[in-house]
Amino acid sequence: MTLEQGIFILASLLMLGSALAMVTARSMFVAALWMIGTFAGVAVLFILLNAGFLGIVQILIYIGAIAVLILFAIMLTPDVMGLKPGPRYTGQWPLAAVMASTLAAVIVLLLVRAGNDWHIADAAPNVTDFAVQLGEAFMTTYLLPFEVASGVLLVALIGALVIVRDE
Amino acid sequence: MSSIPLNWYLIVAALLFCIGLFGALSRRSAIGILMGIELMLNAVNINLVAFWRYVEVDGLAGQMFAIVVITVAAAEAAVALALVRALYRSRDTVTVEEIDLLKW
Amino acid sequence: MESILNYTPLIPVFPIVAFLSIILLTRDNKRLSSTIAIVGAALAWLLSWAVFFASLGAKLAEHPYVQELAWLPTGSSIFKMSVMVDPLTAIMLVMVPFVATLIFIYSTGYHNVGKREISEEEWLRLTRSGGKEMPEAPYVEPKYSRFFAYVSLFLAGMLTLVVSGNLLLLFIAWEIMGLCSYLLIGFWFYKDSAANAAKKAFLTTRVGDVLLFMGLALLYSKTGSLNLYEILTAEKIELLKEATVTLGFMSIPALPTIALLIFGGAVGKSAQFPLHVWLPDAMEGPTPVSAMIHAATMVAAGVFLVARMLPLFEPLEGSWWLNVVALIGAFTAVFAATIAVAQNDIKRVLAYSTISQLGYMFAALGIGGFIAGVFHMLTHAFFKALLFLGSGSVIHGMEHGVHHVAHHNHGHGEHHDHPDPQDMWNMGNLRKHMPETFWTYLVGTMALAGIPIITAGFWSKDEILAEAYEIWTHEGLTQGAIPFIVWLLLTIGAVLTAFYMGRQLGLVFWGKERTEAAKHAHESPRSMTVPLMVLAIFSIGFGWINIPDNTPVLGPLTESLGIAGWLHEFLAETHIAALGEKYHGVPFVMQVAGLSSLLAIAGLVGGIWLYKGVTGDATVSAFERDPVARLFAKIPLIGKPLWRMLENKYYVDEIYSALVVRPVVAFADFLFKFDDAWIIDPIVNGVGRFGRFIADVGRLIDVYVVDGTVNLVGFMADELSAGLRRLQTGRVQNYLVILLAGVLALAGLFLS
Repeated sequence: MTLEQGIFILASLLMLGSALAMVTARSMFVAALWMIGTFAGVAVLFILLNAGFLGIVQILIYIGAIAVLILFAIMLTPDVMGLKPGPRYTGQWPLAAVMASTLAAVIVLLLVRAGNDWHIADAAPNVTDFAVQLGEAFMTTYLLPFEVASGVLLVALIGALVIVRDE
Repeated sequence: MSSIPLNWYLIVAALLFCIGLFGALSRRSAIGILMGIELMLNAVNINLVAFWRYVEVDGLAGQMFAIVVITVAAAEAAVALALVRALYRSRDTVTVEEIDLLKW
Repeated sequence: MESILNYTPLIPVFPIVAFLSIILLTRDNKRLSSTIAIVGAALAWLLSWAVFFASLGAKLAEHPYVQELAWLPTGSSIFKMSVMVDPLTAIMLVMVPFVATLIFIYSTGYHNVGKREISEEEWLRLTRSGGKEMPEAPYVEPKYSRFFAYVSLFLAGMLTLVVSGNLLLLFIAWEIMGLCSYLLIGFWFYKDSAANAAKKAFLTTRVGDVLLFMGLALLYSKTGSLNLYEILTAEKIELLKEATVTLGFMSIPALPTIALLIFGGAVGKSAQFPLHVWLPDAMEGPTPVSAMIHAATMVAAGVFLVARMLPLFEPLEGSWWLNVVALIGAFTAVFAATIAVAQNDIKRVLAYSTISQLGYMFAALGIGGFIAGVFHMLTHAFFKALLFLGSGSVIHGMEHGVHHVAHHNHGHGEHHDHPDPQDMWNMGNLRKHMPETFWTYLVGTMALAGIPIITAGFWSKDEILAEAYEIWTHEGLTQGAIPFIVWLLLTIGAVLTAFYMGRQLGLVFWGKERTEAAKHAHESPRSMTVPLMVLAIFSIGFGWINIPDNTPVLGPLTESLGIAGWLHEFLAETHIAALGEKYHGVPFVMQVAGLSSLLAIAGLVGGIWLYKGVTGDATVSAFERDPVARLFAKIPLIGKPLWRMLENKYYVDEIYSALVVRPVVAFADFLFKFDDAWIIDPIVNGVGRFGRFIADVGRLIDVYVVDGTVNLVGFMADELSAGLRRLQTGRVQNYLVILLAGVLALAGLFLS
């Protein structure tokens, strides 16, 4: 087992473990903290995949922005903070558990069956100056998706403001 | 070549996806559902980047997609949390079981 | 010159900027809004003409001017958005923005800009009254700014369609126009009829649009491209000829399928039989809209699309699917013309006339007459826009008269039914009251009827007839059966056209005023009459661009000016990349021209002469007031029903209503009532009654047993429905679980 594989396994275990803890946590606040652990694991996987830039983005946006946003929302909502008692799951949770594990089994089965039958490229990607490449691509080939994404973000922010505004 | 096979990533991503799916399907709190969905989006991102790393080495599309997905996730979180706030204000609950105006 | 072509993509930008700025910024200022719209249209017009003049010497037929922009990465290739200029585009650019600009100017007058503004409360009252109450005229249209925003958006769509080099972009523009058409037909949506007409137009054209989209998808899957300049090449068409489409277990040739699906889209948009039903109803919209969208530009888009894709129809060889185009066109031409003879609404006559003339264009394309079809589309745009705007002017004047009369009767305290300002039987002698409208209308009518030499309509219609005549006389009746049928039907159509237009002139402009309102009609403002005059000049002069050089007298004359058969020269090499051959020209044929001139004059004069002396307004029955209806009534038995059939448009609406609309509504109703009224209740009630019947008749079986059974069945039905009802929990998570179950089931299918 190489060092790389070791890191991978550790990160995956951290990630999946936090994810499981997240969906089972009784308190929403705790769940959100576990979610941060999951995001961190994903970031490690990104770095292992030579996508360092994306790993940083993952930490900045998911942990720095989205998770914090969710934490704030939780703290502002007494209902979620566990001040009102009640079960954490809906009545259909056993069904959902069975289905989700079936789906997982099906996908894993398929992947194992497929084995290594992918068109794996020989070379590793050239990631020197990768952020520069990405930036240039955003301004040229992917200009339209970039603009659309920024538009969506803007509209979403304005929409969110409109929704929460006091009448 | 990396010493980790592509399949490992795909399997981990699939498991993460299914955990997120379970969360989205079973949580009573709207915020819990939202968090489940975030996990699913992360799983998708792992797949995108893994395929980029192993198959489409020369292109940028895999990372581009991942970045766009992150953007959409951010937008989604903002809107969804705003909705939760508004919901809480008007109905005094964020439990989805109690939000069933569309029932029979 | 090449450099001006580089600015082609900007043409649709001007109107779209106008649209955005009106909607977002200036909609409160009515006059400013319309000025912005007019400036946007005028800039588009100037740039279009600059592009046209730049294209004159540029040999665009062989190498169309193309500008590309990467759009969507699709797997290995990148989908490109593109702008293309070839002779067909260039000549469309001459017509579309020019007519649109004139109509925009006209609209300011039509909507009474500068007159009394109507208050919000008054407008709401008008809205709630469902169009029954009318405020005192003249008042500015309350949704004035919105009107100009819509028409600007429409113009942007049309111009995009014209300059598009990519079929998907073309389809987007096509749908934008469909949307604007919907919005503008339903512009006065407080009238139920307008709201319904808008829905009808939208749904009917949607049938064609779906076909078109299927055609485009098929085309993309077979050729891997939607760029016109990549598809319309000899190799790609060879490829399509070989290709087949697998449909279940059948395999059908691809080329006719794609061509006919695209033609299906054109049939919907250009209101050809059997999808023509929406266009007459579309007259519920404001008249400038009828002129621009439903006469000059949008409905011509179908013709334009077929002309664009004509190589797929193999025009030089005459494929069977090209014959379909010819037959549908020729049939529609006559079919709609016969209906027009029996209509009473001034705009409806013109609507059926438009359907009929579009039929001419399709018939021309269908016999391979590319140039003749395009030529007729151009001239028709000018004179039909003129006629619609003229009818708008007439209606405007009549409305004034109606209001005037209503105002004066008010003092007598009696309730007075307003005469319909669009019914031709309420008019008469408007020649005296609206001289400028009359003269320009006369020019438009003559152009539509095809009065020889002086009108543009004559030259273009004659070219279609000559083309058909040439083919069938050369190839004999067996080989040239289709051209012969086309020629025969179109010649009949020409007489009918001249006749119903003569009828209209006679009813509207000649004779005596048949209502008080007509006596008080007055001429429309300058902003309306000046566009009419400009269009009238073009309705006369535009024919000069394509006079065949062997025409007696005029041929040599135009030859010396260097413009003999100019349009033919200009367009002949279009599609040469796909066909490898250029379109052949049509000479002047004396027999055809003579016959059609004679018929046109006879029809027009006959129509005016028959109808100028009629008496009896809209309240009198058709068989008493209408000379032709009287003639029909003389035919025993079938005469009257025949006339009624014409008056009711061959009952096509009723047939569709019975075959399509009502079943769909009934099915929806059925689903709606599924749980209570139809299934559960009748079962319970029926079983209950049945049980009581048995009990009553027999009285032998124990009452309690029977009752018990009945109750049990009723109870079961009730419980069952209560259980089923619970499927709809209103909780999204439940639905998602069911969705996931479906996905898993599919995955299971896939894996096994």
